[in-house]
Amino acid sequence: MSYQSVMDQKKDIMKNALRLDYEQFEYPGIGFDYEKMMASSGYTLEDVMRIQRENNVGQTPMIELKRLSAYARKFAKPGHGARIFLKDESQNISGSFKARRAAMSIYQAKKLGYKGVIAATSGNYGAAVAALAARAGLKCIIVQECYDSNGVGQPEIIEKARACQAYGAEVVQLSVGPELFYEFLVLLKETGYFNASLYSPYGVMGIETLGYEIATDMMATEFRFPDAVIVTNAGGGNLTGTARGLKKAGAINTKIIAASVDLSGLHMASDSDFNMKSFTTGHTGFGIPFSTFPDRSDVPRSAARPLRYMDRYGLVNQGSVFFITEALAVLEGMERGPAGNTSLAMAFSIAQEMKDTEIIVVQETEYTGAGKHMNAQISFASDRGIQLKLGNPLDESPGHNIIFPSSGSMLKHKELDLRSLKISYLKHYKDVMLFEQDIIYLSEELNTTVDEIKQLLEEINEAKK
Amino acid sequence: MIQPLTYVEIYRVILPAHERSQNLPKDTMRVPFEMRIRGRLLKEAKIGDVVEIETQTKRIETGILMSQEPYFAHSFGHYVPILSDLRRIILDETEDLS
Repeated sequence: MSYQSVMDQKKDIMKNALRLDYEQFEYPGIGFDYEKMMASSGYTLEDVMRIQRENNVGQTPMIELKRLSAYARKFAKPGHGARIFLKDESQNISGSFKARRAAMSIYQAKKLGYKGVIAATSGNYGAAVAALAARAGLKCIIVQECYDSNGVGQPEIIEKARACQAYGAEVVQLSVGPELFYEFLVLLKETGYFNASLYSPYGVMGIETLGYEIATDMMATEFRFPDAVIVTNAGGGNLTGTARGLKKAGAINTKIIAASVDLSGLHMASDSDFNMKSFTTGHTGFGIPFSTFPDRSDVPRSAARPLRYMDRYGLVNQGSVFFITEALAVLEGMERGPAGNTSLAMAFSIAQEMKDTEIIVVQETEYTGAGKHMNAQISFASDRGIQLKLGNPLDESPGHNIIFPSSGSMLKHKELDLRSLKISYLKHYKDVMLFEQDIIYLSEELNTTVDEIKQLLEEINEAKK
Repeated sequence: MIQPLTYVEIYRVILPAHERSQNLPKDTMRVPFEMRIRGRLLKEAKIGDVVEIETQTKRIETGILMSQEPYFAHSFGHYVPILSDLRRIILDETEDLS
């Protein structure tokens, strides 16, 4: 089957693989009814909780990181340095919060009578889908982007392949390139399996319980909601689901802060850049494009729409995430990550801006192990000629060096301007005639007012002239 | 010769360089889009032969036979001095904390 002929059948293949008619949610114009789509499954938050509980998913520990908080406080002004709490999501079946998403996809696949599921993922989601498919007696295929053209595999992704196989899944390992989507479609067509997409309503509603638990955990022990929740952001589902869950629990004033590893300068579809990065997820290569254009995913309308919920977005460098991963181990006795600790690095920096009575929740951890352990990643980087040094992490140049903070005082994040992200989002519509209903839709998408949308669109038009 | 039903890994070019998606960086455009997959060898063969395998989900895949009884060799990597530096910095800077 040629590339083009398969891509031409995309719509039908996708429809058969989810049995969800996305047309019913479309508005005239550019928009669609997001809440109608999210409600279309008919699952309530209670249903999701029950399904997850039956599968050893969710209800993870919430732990105050007292020594790590005190370490950050050391570098803050008097009276500053927020308390940092951590939701230990590594305790889910398969070792990450992705089990929450997989639980719902698998439940839906089973309910609709599919014999198997397929997911396109190089990350923890693969292991999660494989583990939950095993519990449901469904066959499972995981499609990974794994190797460069020299056949060198990213150690973290190889570890995920091992985990998937351990749960009885088949792993299809591909070289670098967006044609992964082509092979994904070929396999969906050949097998007739369910598309366990990260971006379907099921893939996102599974995380709402995480936000809900964060709110209720804090209420139970601190008698208040957290001031901020920090979320590692890649495809946007983690942030979207967490924020929705917090709101459902009533935590409407909690700030939602996104964090990604800064991989500026590395091209995500580049064969030679592929193995020059030490993070295969949680980075800007996914975080920024999926925020500014959510519908680039493997479903017609993504349920992950982070700009609807994001209050701030900060970047940390690779060296800082490794530093905080080490700190979590030696100060708190928790060996986790590293990729899942992106939000923890950000929390360490942001805590210093906040009062010492305020509370930050870092909403995930992930298991660590051979291949994905920070020692494995740093040793792999040094073997590929990446320079390792201590210094100011903000001077790091991804692909050339990794700069580790020479002191905790040097671990700082870089703030991204949300306004410029909104402009990038709106630029996708710069040549489209927009009507009032489209502007209202855009104001919901970007969590702002109709007036601001009009103003931003005017700025884009001015720049065009 | 490798016997039928042996666990093996095969390799197949899914799209040669000239049939790849447009919109690719130059370095990626120059190389084929490749797949590696494991399963049970269906007929006796030797390394380098084009063979059929049965995969974990009982699909049939065709490709060049690359290795017999493949295994995972990923590890925690070798010693990296800078990690010891990080540990020392963090422990020194937190020594005065209760």
